[in-house]
Amino acid sequence: MAKITLDNLAHSYLKQPKSDDDWALKELNHDWADGEAYALLGSSGCGKSTLLNIISGLLRPSRGRILFDGRDVTDAPTAERNIAQVFQFPVVYDTMTVGENLAFPLKNRGADPKYIAERVNSIAAMIGMEDQLRRKARGLTADAKQKISLGRGMVREDVNALLFDEPLTVIDPHMKWELRTQLKQLHHDFGHTMIYVTHDQTEALTFADKVVVMYDGRVVQIGTPQELFERPAHTFVGFFIGSPGMNLFDAQVSGATATVQGVAVPLGDSYAPVAGQVQIGVRPEFVRLHAGGEGLPARILRVEDVGRHKIVRLDVGGTAANAILDEGTPVPAGADRVSFDTEAINVYADEWRVAPGTAQGRAA
Amino acid sequence: MNKTVNQKAWFLVLPVLILVGFSAVIPLMTVVNYSVQDTFGNNVFFWAGLDWFRDMLESERMWNALGRQLVFSSIILAIEVPLGIFVALNMPKKGFWASFCLVLMSLPLLIPWNVVGTIWQIFGRVDIGLLGYVLAKLGVNYNYTQNVIDAWATVIIMDVWHWTSLVALLAYAGLQSIPDAYYQAAKIDQASRWKVFRFIELPKMAGVLMIAILLRFMDSFMIYTEPFVVTGGGPGNATTFLSIDLVKMALGQFDLGPAAAFSLMYFLVILLISWVFYTVMTNLDKRDGV
Amino acid sequence: MSDATTSAPGAASIPGDVSAAEPRARTRRRFRPNGSMIVMALYLLFLMLPIYWLLNMSLKTNAEILSGFSLWPRNLTLANYEKILTDPSWYMGYVNSIIYVTMNTVISISVALPAAYAFSRYSFMGDKHLFFWLLTNRMAPPAVFALPFFQLYSSVGLFDTHIAVALAHTLFNVPLAVWILEGFMRGVPREIDETAYIDGYSFPKFFVKIFMPLIASGIGVAAFFCFMFSWVELLLSRTLTSVDAKPIAATMTRTVSASGLDWGVLAAAGVLTILPGALVIWFVRNYIAKGFALGRV
Repeated sequence: MAKITLDNLAHSYLKQPKSDDDWALKELNHDWADGEAYALLGSSGCGKSTLLNIISGLLRPSRGRILFDGRDVTDAPTAERNIAQVFQFPVVYDTMTVGENLAFPLKNRGADPKYIAERVNSIAAMIGMEDQLRRKARGLTADAKQKISLGRGMVREDVNALLFDEPLTVIDPHMKWELRTQLKQLHHDFGHTMIYVTHDQTEALTFADKVVVMYDGRVVQIGTPQELFERPAHTFVGFFIGSPGMNLFDAQVSGATATVQGVAVPLGDSYAPVAGQVQIGVRPEFVRLHAGGEGLPARILRVEDVGRHKIVRLDVGGTAANAILDEGTPVPAGADRVSFDTEAINVYADEWRVAPGTAQGRAA
Repeated sequence: MNKTVNQKAWFLVLPVLILVGFSAVIPLMTVVNYSVQDTFGNNVFFWAGLDWFRDMLESERMWNALGRQLVFSSIILAIEVPLGIFVALNMPKKGFWASFCLVLMSLPLLIPWNVVGTIWQIFGRVDIGLLGYVLAKLGVNYNYTQNVIDAWATVIIMDVWHWTSLVALLAYAGLQSIPDAYYQAAKIDQASRWKVFRFIELPKMAGVLMIAILLRFMDSFMIYTEPFVVTGGGPGNATTFLSIDLVKMALGQFDLGPAAAFSLMYFLVILLISWVFYTVMTNLDKRDGV
Repeated sequence: MSDATTSAPGAASIPGDVSAAEPRARTRRRFRPNGSMIVMALYLLFLMLPIYWLLNMSLKTNAEILSGFSLWPRNLTLANYEKILTDPSWYMGYVNSIIYVTMNTVISISVALPAAYAFSRYSFMGDKHLFFWLLTNRMAPPAVFALPFFQLYSSVGLFDTHIAVALAHTLFNVPLAVWILEGFMRGVPREIDETAYIDGYSFPKFFVKIFMPLIASGIGVAAFFCFMFSWVELLLSRTLTSVDAKPIAATMTRTVSASGLDWGVLAAAGVLTILPGALVIWFVRNYIAKGFALGRV
């Protein structure tokens, strides 16, 4: 187990990267604390797999260093880093039995046979394949194969880190939940540093202590699930996390008031004058609907009942927006205005969140 | 995949059936016809029963040719399959050099077989051929028209030159189908180079290798043109393989009856050995699966 | 790249190391160890030497070939090629070969397409036996069929025609084409067929407009193999022709037995027979690797 440090790390698949776009991974400094469970969340092509492969040593970064417990391993081969990795699609040695598959990483490191047998049995029990240990891996379902890959990743106890690259993509939904719970349990029991790459927010939010959100080769926010929900640091985080994502409105901000489409919207705090493209963001959970009164004029397009709550699709002066109502709450009759919970509004300039409450702001 | 039962599908197969029927069944019937008859010329035939088959089974000539053929095919397979795999493992994976290697390697496959013979006939000559000349300069007494060992060596090297690329290209195609993740997982599992080959590459190549072995076996068993051009079956009968012997008998001596009987047995031997290869390999496949 | 290396502390302090570390890192990412390159270089050398030698001889006069040994032509001459390209008895050989090879490829592919579709999509009485029987024809030694073919085509008056050779070569090319195409067609999901029928396509229209473009690479591969085996075959094509449809390969063998001495012309003819194959390979070079797997990997 180790602390993993990324020092000015950047990567490009091109030999001579020129523009900013040529970098698959833009410059990055970060410490992955020992024993924490991280989720690396982002849409496909955002650089999260690149980052993972750099940590495991399958890729050499074009720039910067990577350190394990302060030791520079940038040029160290994968084997030396002593990490385990599970891939998106099952990687199983077809001609071996399930048991041989699980034993493979230990055998290659010359572990004691008695110890190997013990580990294989306990891992097999964990992934629920005790009774299939002697079966050839060929011909198993994708589910079963991926369970073997997971098992192979977890069979070594002394790894520096466990990396998962969207490991549950091919697994059945009910099995997904079970395996994720087991992974969490494993983390709880052994305290490995775990990095879990996914594009599924539910997976990320339920698995990880800390979620790292990546967008376009850049880490845009690192935080607990709650922080991501309440204070998205970037409009992408607001949009990507939550279902539906955060509503954004173009606005002018002055002091503790935002002006949206000519209507004044009170903010929870006051802000210094903000330059650039200014927007306010508010999650659908904090949008209130009412007939007349204060707020922005809005038109209800459609109401979708998704079981636990209702999603109201709105047109707010030409901007699409959503509101969420609890299952018990009816849509107010003749609703034509929306207002927001003041504390839940975030202000963005050029897509990045602006921190409130500067001295200037108070003076104004 | 579950296929639908549809007897009308026969209509789609009909053109193939008619065509192959015309080019295979009619000639094969002719052969069967000859094999059970004898003639004294003038197109007068009479029933000879299974005499020709008995004759051929007792003839030392056929057994010798069959023996030479089996030795030849075994040597060919023993060299070309491992060498082909070895070459495939060393080929560049992508980019310009991959295409470059592919193009050059395919070249021998598309040379007419008698030209292959001609190339090696020239190449091995002591007076004007590079190989023969260099060997002679080195003091090796090399002469493929006189010396049995030299003739065999030349024919075998020629076949290796001609066909190893086919095995290599098939194996390469198999290797290309292995996702990167397998190699990455092997690195993480700290598998040795040998284990990567044994547990990842070889199993993934098994399917195409089976095709390669079958094709190489069948074609080497039918080899005619290349050795015929180089050695003419000589010195003596040293490189007279089954097809060469058959053509000598049928077109050279016009012994139609024995040649026909020979043909049928020849065909049957190929079918039998191919079938054995095929079942053994598919069974291995199945056994692994359980 | 140099930017990247220098920005890493530690490496920057020793400039000599920077240049050394860079190619190493790059090599490790692109190639395996250099042993591979040596193996490939040796293997390609082994493949190319005999061909080079043929080319070398084709550019010499016969007198030079016989008078002494040299690694390259001293008096470069194109006379051998000139002779072949001006003498109809030589160059018609190429024309004949190309005619029957093309005919064979077209015939083989067009009959194999529907059959392969039937084998890949439907199950019908005797389908497995039929498929195996077709494959056995690929295993038939041409030597066995040479004489019966000769008699068969003579009796129907097709002896010494292009179509006779083309038909004879279907014996081994049709089974192969069916086999290759079947492999590729199995990779196309059946839902596509069903959707097309629901959309109101008739079978022939669906087959030509939708299905064939989907397996275009398979058709290309099958055509490549048909071309290849028809082009390189000699025994049957020589047996079935005498003058009008005589292939170039046969023209060459007769020259050997008749004059036997004009090595230069023989070599030039040989080089010219390699060219069509080389051209075809050049066009399909990006599909070779996939094609050789015959859609079965």
